Amino acid sequence: MNDILKLLEEDCRYTPDQIAAMTGRTAEEVSKAIDKLREDGVINGYTALIDWEKTDADTVTAFIEVKITPQRDDGFDRIAKRIYQYDEVESLYLMSGAFDFAVIVTGRSLKDVSQFVSLKLAPIDGVISTATHFIMKRYKDKHRIFSKKPVEEERVLFV
Amino acid sequence: MIDYERLMSSSVRSLKPSGIRRFFDILENMHDPSAISLGIGEPDFVTPWHIREAGIYSLEQGFTKYTGNAGLKALRAETSNYLKRRFDLSYDPDGEIFITVGGSEAIDLCVRALVEAGDEVIVPVPSFVCYGPLVTMSSGTPVYVETKAENEFRLTARELREAITPRTKLLILPFPNNPTGAVMERKDLLAIEEVLRGTDIMILSDEIYSELSYGIHHTSPANIDGLKERTLVVNGFSKAFAMTGWRLGYVCGPKPLLRQMVKIHQYGIMSAPTTSQYAAIEALKNGDDDIEMMRESYDRRRKLMLKRLRDMGLECFEPKGAFYMFPSIKSTGMTSDEFCTRFLEEEKVAVIPGTAFGQGGEGFVRMCYAASVENIEAAMDRMKRFLERVRK
Repeated sequence: MNDILKLLEEDCRYTPDQIAAMTGRTAEEVSKAIDKLREDGVINGYTALIDWEKTDADTVTAFIEVKITPQRDDGFDRIAKRIYQYDEVESLYLMSGAFDFAVIVTGRSLKDVSQFVSLKLAPIDGVISTATHFIMKRYKDKHRIFSKKPVEEERVLFV
Repeated sequence: MIDYERLMSSSVRSLKPSGIRRFFDILENMHDPSAISLGIGEPDFVTPWHIREAGIYSLEQGFTKYTGNAGLKALRAETSNYLKRRFDLSYDPDGEIFITVGGSEAIDLCVRALVEAGDEVIVPVPSFVCYGPLVTMSSGTPVYVETKAENEFRLTARELREAITPRTKLLILPFPNNPTGAVMERKDLLAIEEVLRGTDIMILSDEIYSELSYGIHHTSPANIDGLKERTLVVNGFSKAFAMTGWRLGYVCGPKPLLRQMVKIHQYGIMSAPTTSQYAAIEALKNGDDDIEMMRESYDRRRKLMLKRLRDMGLECFEPKGAFYMFPSIKSTGMTSDEFCTRFLEEEKVAVIPGTAFGQGGEGFVRMCYAASVENIEAAMDRMKRFLERVRK
């Protein structure tokens, strides 16, 4: 099963036929396996990796450190739920170390994101403090390097 | 006017340029971004960063001088550990291993050290293009033995026995094989041992693709009792670690032979590139996972291309090594050369005619699957369309 997952992580556009050929299964077996992985919540969706900087769209991303007081019975989970339901929140992680949550937030402008932090995130019960770091440039994401096309090298081709 | 042709050594003049080149010239002149090349025999990975970084670090430290002729002691020691760990081969880093400029130099040295006028060298074909010309340059005579598709392009004991004469000095064993993808397993090598027993025939085992074996574990002739003492093992970093441009390989074998070979290396090369040697130490120490990652990736693409070719009704034996498919195109009625020329001109896909790799290659083409899945699929779609058209 993990070989199918690795392939989908490499390129989720691979068809069941292609995955079948590459892993020595039938296409039907692959489709069934993928359905099961979706049902079990192992696969949670498919998405494209976009370098928005190369488009004319305005987007700003921030990485926000959040410290909280854990709640009786629910620990961190209830507060996490109150944070991650916002559409502005791209990712949310529980961290070890100097702060508790790492929240990644996207918006159209710095102002947009700051307003989200001060009006939505900071006032949540249990949030003690926030520290917002704006992302200046994205070099690499999900194992992909965001760069221009490399120059074609001159090569000897008789091997 | 100087007549340069007349000045050139006749053995050099007699060499034919590699038959692979022509297709790239056509491809390059097309200037067509939709053109796809399955022609190059090279990993499509960049050298893993930790290996590149080790090379850079060696430069930062100022390690820019020659190394000893045989290569860095630490590199020979790591090579020895690696060969033991991966292939159960035991070689003394002090005298039984030395570091060369790619596997290519190692092959050249073996041939030059052993072969002289009157000697015959058995070269199984189809195989990589360098062996015959190097033998010719040493005034020896290459004796080509055609391996057969029905034997999965392995060299059989019978074929070998028929090629041996009192003049036979050296047998080349180029497995896993470029272009066929054939491998020699233990039983095959045991049969070779039986034929060679009692003779003085040496073996040059070119194992540059040893890490790219699929579903089987690579066996070297040096793993076989009775063959090790007559075997020179050539290997390198290009294919296992995606380090083609670093130009680094090595040769292992009996001390008395290597002592002689290192003299040629000393006069012709001095020492292999120092930066590459430092990078290679890192590759051997911490690169086993990289090998696995790349091998698995090639294996997936191998299965994909094999299935596509067979679905088109092309006869193709399952290659168990290297990164090439060698399907038969005899059903089209075309020669390999016609097939490749038309396929390139009409469908803009470069593949190499089997004839570029010697006799026995007629009726086959070589396709390298070290290409992106996207390009493999597109090339296979075009191949299917091409076949449908030419088979009518």
